[in-house]
Amino acid sequence: MKPFKNRNIISIKDFTKEEIMHILNTAKKFKIKVNPILLKHKILASLFFEPSTRTRFSFESAMERLGGSIISLAEAKSSSASKGESVSDSIKIVDKYCDVIAMRHSLEGSARLASEVSNNPILNGGDGANQHPTQTFLDLFSILETQKKLKGLNVALVGDLKYGRTTHSLAYALGMFGARLFFIAPPSLQMPSYVTHDLKKLKAKYSTHTEPERIMPKLDIFYATRIQKERFGDPMEYEKVKDAYIITNKLLTKVKKNFKILHPLPRVNEINYEVDNTPYAYYFEQANNGLFVREALLALVLGKV
Amino acid sequence: MRAYKVYAIKDGTVIDHIPDGQGMGIIDLLNLRQWNRTVTLGIGFHSKKHGKKDVIKIEDKELTPAEVNKIAIVAPTATMNIIRNHKIVKKFNVELPETLEGIVKCPNPACVTNHDPVATTRFFKENGKKIELRCAYCERYFKEHEIEVI
Repeated sequence: MKPFKNRNIISIKDFTKEEIMHILNTAKKFKIKVNPILLKHKILASLFFEPSTRTRFSFESAMERLGGSIISLAEAKSSSASKGESVSDSIKIVDKYCDVIAMRHSLEGSARLASEVSNNPILNGGDGANQHPTQTFLDLFSILETQKKLKGLNVALVGDLKYGRTTHSLAYALGMFGARLFFIAPPSLQMPSYVTHDLKKLKAKYSTHTEPERIMPKLDIFYATRIQKERFGDPMEYEKVKDAYIITNKLLTKVKKNFKILHPLPRVNEINYEVDNTPYAYYFEQANNGLFVREALLALVLGKV
Repeated sequence: MRAYKVYAIKDGTVIDHIPDGQGMGIIDLLNLRQWNRTVTLGIGFHSKKHGKKDVIKIEDKELTPAEVNKIAIVAPTATMNIIRNHKIVKKFNVELPETLEGIVKCPNPACVTNHDPVATTRFFKENGKKIELRCAYCERYFKEHEIEVI
């Protein structure tokens, strides 16, 4: 296992199974007990060139809870990037003012480029449609927490699989750990070929489906994502499929006892509010786990654990 | 006796076994119209292996590794012959290296390498019979017909 100190967290593909488990185990320790002075005198630069609520808040909260401090863009529009500054120039400047950088940028590969011009570690909070590794770690943490294992699980990824980057890196990670994947989506929003290409290389088992009903009794995890109306060229197509992917209590009548629903949030209407009160809803706990995973990552790359 | 359709060169490089029709592209790719010595292009030569082939002879120039890598992308069957004093001193098949730095443009318009002035493209060769590259930045895969050499 490569040391984590000064390591960049750019893509799930940069990590072995052993390294991922080390991150998840460290996060578990932070969930049990927080050390409020662990990152004292350390500064996180929070550079969200694109809007973010949960990821940004949880990075900043994680840093504060460990005793560190934060410098941050007030909003993406106020940054020098909006004046035409390149990613590499922005990072080179901010790098001088901090010990670690968490960033989100619309360009794919921007976090990788940032890691090449920065002396401090970069934590990728999303680079366009490419990667969002900290989300994947918190998703894996939540799956492991509820199922006690990752291998051999039946996991459905549901909704917009074409544009949803969270499902791309989660599919890859679950493929690494030997989960059985079910991709449930309208044909026009199915998993892109570059993701299934990777899954084939991993020899991961997956199948594609257009409706969830028949698969529900097999599943351990149902990972829902939002289907956005604007992704459909023809609004009639959206009207046809939108209700097929809404989770209601009726859909949950034949599920296994250990079954859990996850969602990267925000939801719009894909999970009915009545489901929140069932033992299967785990999405709010999942969002909460983002805090512990990001605490673990900050502590690891700063060499404090 | 073998009849030479293109005259021999004293010093330089002969690129042989170029896929039929790709010779002109290689002339442009290597900017050989600007080379101040003679460059000879033969099109449609008979090839036992491939039926037809193109051949390029460049006087007084030995190609750099970066130039050879460019040829490996557009003409993977090509062979290189380095000529010194009328003799072939080195002969080798072009081979795509594991990593290609700064010679291929990323076809993904959203890739940072198409926007940031300091970014140099980097691609990894995928295993397999056909040419396929993966961008180190946006992590997308690209097939031979999508690849554009810089």
